[in-house]
Amino acid sequence: MMASSYNAKEEDANHPGAANHAGAGVVKSKKPDNTAFKQQRLPAWQPILTAGTVLPAFFVIGLIFIPIGIGLYVTSNNIKEFEIDYTGANIDNPCYNCAKNFSWNSTAQCVCAVTFTLEQPFESNVFMYYGLSNFYQNHRRYVKSRDDSQLNGDRSALTNPSKECEPYRRSEGSPIAPCGAIANSLFNDTLQLYHIDSNGTLNEIPLVKKGIAWWTDKHVKFRNPGGNNNLTVAFQGTSKPVNWKKPVFELDPEDPENNGFINEDFIVWMRTAALPTFRKLYRIIQKKASTTPTLPSGKYVLNVTYNYPVLSFDGRKRMILSTISWMGGKNPFLGIAYITVGSICFFLGVVLLIIHHKYDNRNNSADIPN
Amino acid sequence: MSSLLSFYLDLVPSPPCLRCFVLQLGRDERRVDSRSICVGHRSSSNNEAFIPPKFCDNRIVSSKYTIWNFLPKNLFEQFRRIANFYFLIIFLVQVIVDTPTSPVTSGLPLVFVITVTAIKQGYEDWLRHKADNEVNKYPVTVLEQGRRVRKESEKIKVGDVLESSRDDDTCFVTTASLDGESNHKTHYTVPDTEKDLESLNATIECEQPQPDLYKFVGRMHIYKTDQEPAVRSLGPENLLLKGSTLKNTQTICGVAIYTGMETKMALNYQGKSQKRSAVEKSINAFLLVYLCILVSKALLCTILKYVWQNNPGQDEPWYNEKTQREKDTNLYLKMFTDFLSFMVLFNFIIPVSMYVTVEMQKFLGSFFITWDKDFFDPEIKEGALVNTSDLNEELGQVEYVFTDKTGTLTQNNMEFIECCIDGFQYKYQDAGTDLDGFCVTDGPVNKVQHKAGREKEELFLRALCLCHTVQVKESPEQGQGQRDGLMDQVDGLGADGEGLHPPPQEQRGFIASSPDEVALVKGAMRYGFTFLGFESKTMKILTRDNDVERYELLHVLNFDPVRRRMSVIVRSKSGDTLLFCKGADSSIFPRVRQEEVERIRMNVERNATEGYRTLCVAYKYLNAEEYAQADAGLREARLALQDREEKLMAVYNQVETGMSLIGATAVEDRLQEEAAETMEALQGAGMKVWVLTGDKMETAKSTCYACRLFQKNTELLELTVRTLEDGGRRREERLHELLVEYHKKAVQDAPPVKAGVTRAWSSANHDYGFIIDGATLSMVLNSSSESNSSRYKNLFLQICQNCTSVLCCRMAPLQKAQIVKMVKNSKGSPITLSIGDGANDVSMILEAHVGIGIKGKEGRQAVRNSDYAIPKLKHLKKLLLAHGHLYYVRIAHLVQYFFYKNLCFILPQFLYQFFCGYSQQPLYDAAYLTMYNICFTSLPILAYSLLEQHICMEVLLDNATLYRGIAKNGMLRWGPFFYWTLLGVFHGLLFFFGVRYLFGNPALQDNGQVFGNWSYGTIVFTVLVFTVTLKLALDTRHWTWINHFVIWGSLAFYVFFSFFWGGIIWPFLKQQRLYFVFANMLSSVSAWLAIILLILLSLLPEILLVVFRKLRGPNAGQMKHRLPSSGTSTIFMLSQTASTHSFSWTD
Repeated sequence: MMASSYNAKEEDANHPGAANHAGAGVVKSKKPDNTAFKQQRLPAWQPILTAGTVLPAFFVIGLIFIPIGIGLYVTSNNIKEFEIDYTGANIDNPCYNCAKNFSWNSTAQCVCAVTFTLEQPFESNVFMYYGLSNFYQNHRRYVKSRDDSQLNGDRSALTNPSKECEPYRRSEGSPIAPCGAIANSLFNDTLQLYHIDSNGTLNEIPLVKKGIAWWTDKHVKFRNPGGNNNLTVAFQGTSKPVNWKKPVFELDPEDPENNGFINEDFIVWMRTAALPTFRKLYRIIQKKASTTPTLPSGKYVLNVTYNYPVLSFDGRKRMILSTISWMGGKNPFLGIAYITVGSICFFLGVVLLIIHHKYDNRNNSADIPN
Repeated sequence: MSSLLSFYLDLVPSPPCLRCFVLQLGRDERRVDSRSICVGHRSSSNNEAFIPPKFCDNRIVSSKYTIWNFLPKNLFEQFRRIANFYFLIIFLVQVIVDTPTSPVTSGLPLVFVITVTAIKQGYEDWLRHKADNEVNKYPVTVLEQGRRVRKESEKIKVGDVLESSRDDDTCFVTTASLDGESNHKTHYTVPDTEKDLESLNATIECEQPQPDLYKFVGRMHIYKTDQEPAVRSLGPENLLLKGSTLKNTQTICGVAIYTGMETKMALNYQGKSQKRSAVEKSINAFLLVYLCILVSKALLCTILKYVWQNNPGQDEPWYNEKTQREKDTNLYLKMFTDFLSFMVLFNFIIPVSMYVTVEMQKFLGSFFITWDKDFFDPEIKEGALVNTSDLNEELGQVEYVFTDKTGTLTQNNMEFIECCIDGFQYKYQDAGTDLDGFCVTDGPVNKVQHKAGREKEELFLRALCLCHTVQVKESPEQGQGQRDGLMDQVDGLGADGEGLHPPPQEQRGFIASSPDEVALVKGAMRYGFTFLGFESKTMKILTRDNDVERYELLHVLNFDPVRRRMSVIVRSKSGDTLLFCKGADSSIFPRVRQEEVERIRMNVERNATEGYRTLCVAYKYLNAEEYAQADAGLREARLALQDREEKLMAVYNQVETGMSLIGATAVEDRLQEEAAETMEALQGAGMKVWVLTGDKMETAKSTCYACRLFQKNTELLELTVRTLEDGGRRREERLHELLVEYHKKAVQDAPPVKAGVTRAWSSANHDYGFIIDGATLSMVLNSSSESNSSRYKNLFLQICQNCTSVLCCRMAPLQKAQIVKMVKNSKGSPITLSIGDGANDVSMILEAHVGIGIKGKEGRQAVRNSDYAIPKLKHLKKLLLAHGHLYYVRIAHLVQYFFYKNLCFILPQFLYQFFCGYSQQPLYDAAYLTMYNICFTSLPILAYSLLEQHICMEVLLDNATLYRGIAKNGMLRWGPFFYWTLLGVFHGLLFFFGVRYLFGNPALQDNGQVFGNWSYGTIVFTVLVFTVTLKLALDTRHWTWINHFVIWGSLAFYVFFSFFWGGIIWPFLKQQRLYFVFANMLSSVSAWLAIILLILLSLLPEILLVVFRKLRGPNAGQMKHRLPSSGTSTIFMLSQTASTHSFSWTD
């Protein structure tokens, strides 16, 4: 472009006709317009950052940030979070056997029970997450291995999934629905939570599986082919992903609003995580109407139906229980960062004030003898 | 325009080719340097063997493309550029190899750039086609077989006789569109061609087309039945050039000699060599650095990828199997494609858009120079002219200014001051006060003291009236060729003088190529001798006694800069043949009787020191024999086809000998308006000003004093022929001695230069001025021994670099260019600027980094070859100090900012590779990758780079020292580049890791739902766009509404676009990655807080830096203000006022 425009100019000169025209002086003899723009005299605001203007800003930033930071920090600290690893990598883990004996072909389900104690009661809604580590959901080959039009209920994409889904595109001649590596590796451990009350009985805690996926995903981005009626027919001619135990239309046979592509567990899984260590929302434990905490302190049992192997790639699985505040889950980072930045600003403000003050004095005293 | 002659015309009608046969035989040897033409294509009986030579047709093709070849040719041209080619390669890699980003991301910007350029070039070519057609279809009249035929211009063939006649064998022509000289030039028909064109039988032999506008050699053979063929010489005065305009002439007939692309005009428009600015070199250096960064990033990632994949389970976990094809690919091929993929992923670090933006900035920015009303000169009704926009910023980097003297420092507006006849001084007593001192017929007799004899006086005045090439201008209302009318007018003109009319009317009458001549003719008029003009070949003058005398003009021995004189040979009514000669003293004195010289030499030297341009006038009588010899010699030389110049020169030199000196004249050339102030400002800005002139040393020196280039306390170091001859020893030895001595003085003993700021102003420091002349310079440059030569050159350069101003006098045009070249290539390769107004400055204008033409009186060659043209010298100050400074700051900031913003754009993407298994997963969505440089961040910086005034223009003009702040490419050196790069790295790290820690818990919404990788990218991108834009906002010191509009508009557009892009399921997209990602992000308080925090934290160091700089600022500011006032004491003005300085005729 640079050279080309140069050429253009050169050619302008090169051009006898044009030269004649310009030479005639119609354009040249014109006096330049006296407009503010052409004379580069547009009215302009000329801000000058001086110590005088910046100082108050520093103090103001400091004064705003520190309270916000404290607020954030306190909020984050008030969030209750409990995390337990149930991978079964160690021999003392209850799931060790399940993990060791895992095989894709076994039809028998391996269940292990992990007990844990909550020291403090969890108030209000409690969110149950599963966490995976060293799982590269953000690997490029993995991220692109999906077909969004298939997931949007597109008929042609259902029977002819996108090439991006390779090698999870077809199995035994028929198209896979949902195709791709992401769908294929859907997290399929089943987690159940029991509270052991004082007399030793196990009370199953009701886990709500609605509201865990983004609303827009559930209602717009993901759609079953041919609506939600009779998914068995709709998915006819497709085969299940190779690592799945059951086809997509049996993900949640009880609730047609949560079956097929619009199964919320599936939708949550399909939103690929940003980092190799991540958590995903699994269930919600609704707050009880009564004054008792949602999860009182005490002993609990986590029943894991162990279907998901992670040891082969040195991964870990966790179950996380967390309450949520207005800022989301527990994360002290923001609070600390705000307090730090706020303090730095405030400190700088003070330093600047001192320097400014000194400089002014020296300037003044220096100017007088002159 | 009375008529546009769109071909070369020789004003010669001519007929068949009797001699064609002979020519044909000679053709093989001669083909190279001459062509022969049959006038009117009339062939005679004995030319069977003659095959008409092929000449090109008269079609002008300035267009580059046709409809059919536009696309391929234009694309080819565009992809020949290294940058475009690079992006094409990236694009192709994206298409062929499985890369992380779709080909669209780099294809779209590339297509955009290519399309815009193609449209622009296509449009320009269309305009050229249109203009070509206008010229090619122009109707002309061709005489064919005695009939007049209308034809289109493009159908003219060489040899066609065209009609477009005036009875007295002359026509007037202006060549304004060729060289800008708007004075009327007289061209002549070839003698002895009959009026009856139909029976004319002639051939023309002339040289092959060549671009020199002022040279043409040819001859014409005219065949008449029963007679020996007559041979006539053809010179430039017989040739009408394409593009010239006929004035005061009704019809002419001519034969086409050169047609189409072989015309001199077409040959002259071959492009100039391309100049590249220092900024561009910096950009290229930075590009190289970034390219290295890019390659090393890609290399690092590739290596780490394979290291990482070696861990068991990482390469292909069960959840993420490879396709069959991937498994089958050869490992090394895979590594290579991985490397290419990384390159593609990171290629945005070198943005296509930077080229577009830099280009637009330069192109649009140059309009401000053309638009500036301060550059508008009411006299010539023109403003500044920008011939290339590539060098705008170079105007802010000038270190050396090379200026011509005549017409540049001085006005080239001549005023006859005094004369000296036979050693006696004649001067108007009143002329000093009354500038336009007119002459009363009885005036001179009274006022001129009768010292010389009346006879001598009159001879002198006659000489002034005859020895010139001045034309009397005929006013349009008087019919052309009506001699009586003209007589009346001129008589009236004389009467005007008598009747005490104001001089402008008096002046109206003369047209000449050199203002000196007009001044002399007018001077003679004051003393009572009025030149009335030509009538055919007769010159008429009105003497003091109101008699009209007629002289037949026999020959004009034209002026040329080597001989530095001109002569005319005239025959008076009484039949005496006289030669009058005028010229520079040095060229006349050796050619006259020595006893006459001394009396006049004194006067001449005195005049020269007073700064006047001096000319000496001599004459001689030629007896019949002498004349015949001279006449024959001249005619023969004029007919020569080869070496005509040399032969003519020899004859001239032979004729112009043994003359008697009559007297000398002194003409004043005034200084340009504000010349001294301008020079002072340039020096204050740290520029070294060199005056390069062809003039005499004394004259040039006094101009330098008047312009305050030399001041009272400046110690002058002279290295001229005079000082060399002082010692009485060999010149070489003396030269060596002087060089060493001066070097010791100026370089070794001089205190080390401190930052340059205080130097020009301090009176304690010694200022040196250096003077050298052409002869000595060639001794320095071309010394006899090789080793000495380079040593002398070094010494010379070092001395010059330590002098505040240097004066080089007696320079030939080529020497001027030599000097510029020498300085240009010296250590540190300083940026040079040449300014001049005449053809003799063209070489140095072309040689310097920046060439500036002044729209002066010496024609337009300088303007045509310049990069920028300004009407007056005084405009140079604003051009450099204000425009140049601002352009430099703008473009430097633009370049640095561009690299910065793309570094912090790509760095998070690079860092992300460490978290995604080196899988080339892009952090940002393809739309963001594509739009970042095109839409989100492009306009604010463009607006900044067009409108920014970090210091307002008035301040820049008042404080020349501010210019030094950006000297030596100050804002684009490695220091600032490193700073910006560091800033980019800091920002990139901050964006990435800030969000990384935020994503320590991806549950960022109050409903417990989690964010995925696209949310991550979008948060980083949002922070990025805001930070980068606000960083620019922080740097903006001049907020016009446009800045506000584009800065806030860009941010708003980003938000709007993100909503829009994520708000719809796009049917053409394979993946709906961003569906509602942005909206969801905004619903999270944490994301908001993180974005605000990161933006603020990124900008914090910048704000701090500005504040700390400002803290030291007040002091610096005061210093700057104090400097000029303390400097005033050193600004000495010479006792003479500027206007009394003027100089002698030499350039």
